[in-house]
Amino acid sequence: MEHYLMNLTLKVWRQKNNQAKGKLETYQVKDISSEMSFLEMFDVLNEQLIVEGKEPIAFDHDCREGICGMCSMYINGQAHGPWQQNTTCQLHMRAFKDGDTIVVEPWRSGAFPVVKDLVVDRSSFDRIIQAGGFISVNTGNAVDANAMPIDKKDADNAFMAAACIGCGACVATCKNGSAMLFVGAKVSQLALLPQGAPERESRVLNMVAQMDKEGFGNCTNTYACEAECPKGISVANIARLNSEFLLAGLSTEEK
Amino acid sequence: MTWRHFFTSSIGKKFTMAFTGLFLITFLIVHASINACIFLNDGGATFNAFAHFMSHNWIVRFLELGLFGGLIVHIIQGLLLWKQNGSSRPVAYHVNQPSKNSKWYSRSMGILGTLLLLFLIMHLNHFYIGTKIALYSGDQPHNLYIEMQELFSSNLIVGLYIAGVIALFWHLYHGFQSALQTLGIHHKRYTPIIKMAGTGYAVIICTLFALMPLAFYFHWIS
Ligand code: SF4
Ligand code: FES
Repeated sequence: MEHYLMNLTLKVWRQKNNQAKGKLETYQVKDISSEMSFLEMFDVLNEQLIVEGKEPIAFDHDCREGICGMCSMYINGQAHGPWQQNTTCQLHMRAFKDGDTIVVEPWRSGAFPVVKDLVVDRSSFDRIIQAGGFISVNTGNAVDANAMPIDKKDADNAFMAAACIGCGACVATCKNGSAMLFVGAKVSQLALLPQGAPERESRVLNMVAQMDKEGFGNCTNTYACEAECPKGISVANIARLNSEFLLAGLSTEEK
Repeated sequence: MTWRHFFTSSIGKKFTMAFTGLFLITFLIVHASINACIFLNDGGATFNAFAHFMSHNWIVRFLELGLFGGLIVHIIQGLLLWKQNGSSRPVAYHVNQPSKNSKWYSRSMGILGTLLLLFLIMHLNHFYIGTKIALYSGDQPHNLYIEMQELFSSNLIVGLYIAGVIALFWHLYHGFQSALQTLGIHHKRYTPIIKMAGTGYAVIICTLFALMPLAFYFHWIS
């Protein structure tokens, strides 16, 4: 791919804090390399703002290699920008051309309040995990990983579900603000394996209860989440969440 | 998990939508099949006989209560979910491109359903209420066929019915496979078959319904 430089107009959401009213601010950046990542372009912009004596833009990032899920940016109307199965840090500037205008907003969801600028608080996801996204193990030596036979198909499906990096793009994209792809993945990765069996029923009931408490919306099967998920998590996991919930919900003894 | 918790949870509400939706889907098969009797072109004799049976048989009348129950639950739950889902994103995006990741009809079940509700009010007003009045006032046997013939001579009514059928098509097209996904059925082998069955169902049912007003309007049947 040929290397080129570009000048861009950026419209970025600026918001002082959780209570403040935010707005889109316009910035110009010059000579951006097509080989930069989107976040590196933001670094250039921030350095420019610092030199100008202005407040740099707050945005989340950590690994910058597509595995931590921090880099939440809604770019030109799409979570993580125009590329499929991709995070913002792995989006490269060759996705854009000279003269483009790029609009960058934070994830928008009542359950992900804005902390500052593009940074949102995703601790609602942590609370869902705390409600049931774990297994109980005895302390002591780690068990031999191959001691327990597991069907290859189940192991593969669990592994694919476990690829979820908790980025929240599914929620940000969903017109209903539903977290069911995330919760479906987190329930599936444990429900499919024997290690997850003891808490299988309480896990799905508690995680769904917490998800509802956090104010996420209800899935209507538009499958926008699957299309925008950087890890390609399948909506088959939402179906599994539904059937796990149905069986667990019907088999409890409470009246 | 008590029953109340079950049915008021997000997934429980989806189950309610899916169950009542599938129930209404089966009802439409009965409705479309009986109405298709008008195409026998026997001056409505078979159709009216069926219509008479449907409005007088007590088992059917009893099932009708279930139908209205299911319909009302589907409508109210649907509207409540629409409202709740809308409020889960208090601040809207300035720029959003939903067409890049999903189909318009899958995102439009609320509005399609509302159009269907408006259509249904008109439709019940045209056919159901008249039939019931005739049933209880007990005079003349009610000729539903003639009533259809008269109604479907109007441009406006035919236009509204076709619009209703179009809304129904998209609602069913998404709804059928969506209901099964909600009930937890998603399978590499069977999901494509389910999608095909849903498409076939929506096409056949809606074509049949659309042909009814058109057949009267263009005098394809006498
Ligand atoms: S399911 Fe996909 S989009 Fe949702 S949090 Fe996990 S990785 Fe992100
Ligand atoms: S910064 Fe870690 S995934 Fe983008």
